[in-house]
Amino acid sequence: MKFLEHKAKEVFTRHGIPVPRGIVVSSPDAIVDPPLPCMVKAQVLVGGRGKVGGIRPAATLEEARAVAAQILGMEIGGYRVKEVYLAERLEIAQELYLGLTIDRSARQPLLMASALGGVEIESVPRDKIFMAHVPAMLGLQPYLIRGLKAKLGLPKEIGDQVADIARRAYALFRAEDAELVEINPLALLTDGRVVAGDAKLVVDDNAEYRHPDYAAMDQDRTPLEEEAHGKGITFIQLDGDVGVIANGAGLTMATLDVLNLKGGRGGTFLDLGGTDDPRKVQEAFEILIKARPSVILLNIFGGITKADTVALGVKQALEVLPTKVPVVARIKGVNEDRARAILNEIGMHAADTIEEAAELAVRVGAGGT
Amino acid sequence: MAVLLTKTSRVLVQGITGHQGQFHTRAMLDFGTKVVAGVTPGKAGEKVEGVPVLDSVEDAVRRKRANTSIVFVPAPYAKDAAVEAIEAGIRLLVIITERIPFHDALDIIPYARSKGCVVIGPNCPGIISPGHAKAGIMPNHIFRPGDVGVISRSGTLTYEIVHAITQAGLGQTTCIGIGGDPIIGTDMVEALALFQKDRATKRIVVVGEIGGTAEEEAAAFIAKRVRKPVVAYVAGRTAPPGRRMGHAGAIIQAGRGTAESKMKAFADAGVPVADFPVDVAKLLAVA
Repeated sequence: MKFLEHKAKEVFTRHGIPVPRGIVVSSPDAIVDPPLPCMVKAQVLVGGRGKVGGIRPAATLEEARAVAAQILGMEIGGYRVKEVYLAERLEIAQELYLGLTIDRSARQPLLMASALGGVEIESVPRDKIFMAHVPAMLGLQPYLIRGLKAKLGLPKEIGDQVADIARRAYALFRAEDAELVEINPLALLTDGRVVAGDAKLVVDDNAEYRHPDYAAMDQDRTPLEEEAHGKGITFIQLDGDVGVIANGAGLTMATLDVLNLKGGRGGTFLDLGGTDDPRKVQEAFEILIKARPSVILLNIFGGITKADTVALGVKQALEVLPTKVPVVARIKGVNEDRARAILNEIGMHAADTIEEAAELAVRVGAGGT
Repeated sequence: MAVLLTKTSRVLVQGITGHQGQFHTRAMLDFGTKVVAGVTPGKAGEKVEGVPVLDSVEDAVRRKRANTSIVFVPAPYAKDAAVEAIEAGIRLLVIITERIPFHDALDIIPYARSKGCVVIGPNCPGIISPGHAKAGIMPNHIFRPGDVGVISRSGTLTYEIVHAITQAGLGQTTCIGIGGDPIIGTDMVEALALFQKDRATKRIVVVGEIGGTAEEEAAAFIAKRVRKPVVAYVAGRTAPPGRRMGHAGAIIQAGRGTAESKMKAFADAGVPVADFPVDVAKLLAVA
């Protein structure tokens, strides 16, 4: 679950991390008493909004409304701006960086900080970044904070504020099931205060059940992906024309790859998972057909999942759904002969291997048979 | 010999009375596994497929000498189940459960390691040693004893590849489904080290996918330490960046974790990478 900046700042505030004053609006008229002067910031889930004019200053109420009117409705990285955040303009003396993420290889949280903030952390020289693993079981120990302060080399007053923010950010990271907490810039103001100039927060989808409030937030999903998500179907829209459906994430990816090697382009990633429940199969096909593929490529390796019950689900789905989309199927595993017989009944193109199925899908999709 | 799981492993099923627990207990028994007990709190005294159900892992370890546990309990309760198993002295903990919160895995895995307990998973098909035992959910019939060690981040894709290996007349020592999550108990390098040491394993298959740097680390380890032929496959060549491709760990982030990077790392380490899943078997035959 990705957070818009203003949503992330709400969470920051709850955890005692100082953020600039600000308001969120979805129309210029709603701007009544903005902090002035301010920065008007597009609220989108993609990065790089500053470079395309999604962050602009305003000095007066009128200007704030005019700028907001320009930014609202903009398209940034494929997403329409629905909200702007008007944040108090900061007198920044220095931009710092603070981040927390999960180091997969080390299987530990990774704390990062730098006195060189305001740019992508990847572009900061490695020796200018404080990096330390935090033993999750034991928490953020004082020696790590001492190390962080020493590396950043800030005056004590400021170092102490950064340390306090680091402790709070770590507490937030754990309590909110975050995958990423990033404060860039962490702004050192001319008056000596340190505040979160920006806020990035990504919360682990697997922990949705522990944070039901967050589940309702808009994500960067297409309407069809949203519908699939609501039904618990793993579905991603891609830019090709072949509707790919398989069971298991790895097999679905591999099917897309094989299709590509055979000259086709996948339009969907639909992982049926371990189910052979005909109702679930039908739901999946409904989504698939709404994606308007020119041909459907079904690849099932039935281990535990029985091939014939999947086939039955497909048959039922296609009887209910009004579609002329041709289907190429490759079904292997328990009861595969019965599965093939069922699919033949409904005039489906059956193939023996993934490669064959992919080739066939490319031909059928191009209008051949 | 096989690695980690053998004939002598005494397997406990946590969550045995659930639908999955029951079904796979039967399948594990059919594969010759010594399933010595099941645990579902509050259901002690029942039996599942003839296997006694107990109230706690401690009971299973004390009364049935269980040393391996397979966890089927739902994600919200998986951490509890795992810690109970680790505390009770289980040595091999196989966590099938998917969608376990990352921060729970961050707690479970380092803790298990500190106690000398080997974890496989989460979000994995388990581990299977043909001719010995299975602590997993893989279909029994595609496996056959042999000399190939298999390491994989996925489920059905592995079955596809294993099936091709078996059809090519080869077999497996052990197949470890290490799991599709970002934080897993046994990584590729550790699994490779086990197979390098195992005398019965003559060849190794690594099935990777996009996300993280496990394959790059595996390739570096193979170049340095592995003296047996290795064949690889990498899924997700056409996956778009920034999207989670079904597995929580299968995501290209900030340009890292691409299939190209992984395939190049393997190629640089002298590991042939199959274009098509079934080609793994062909490459193995000449490896």
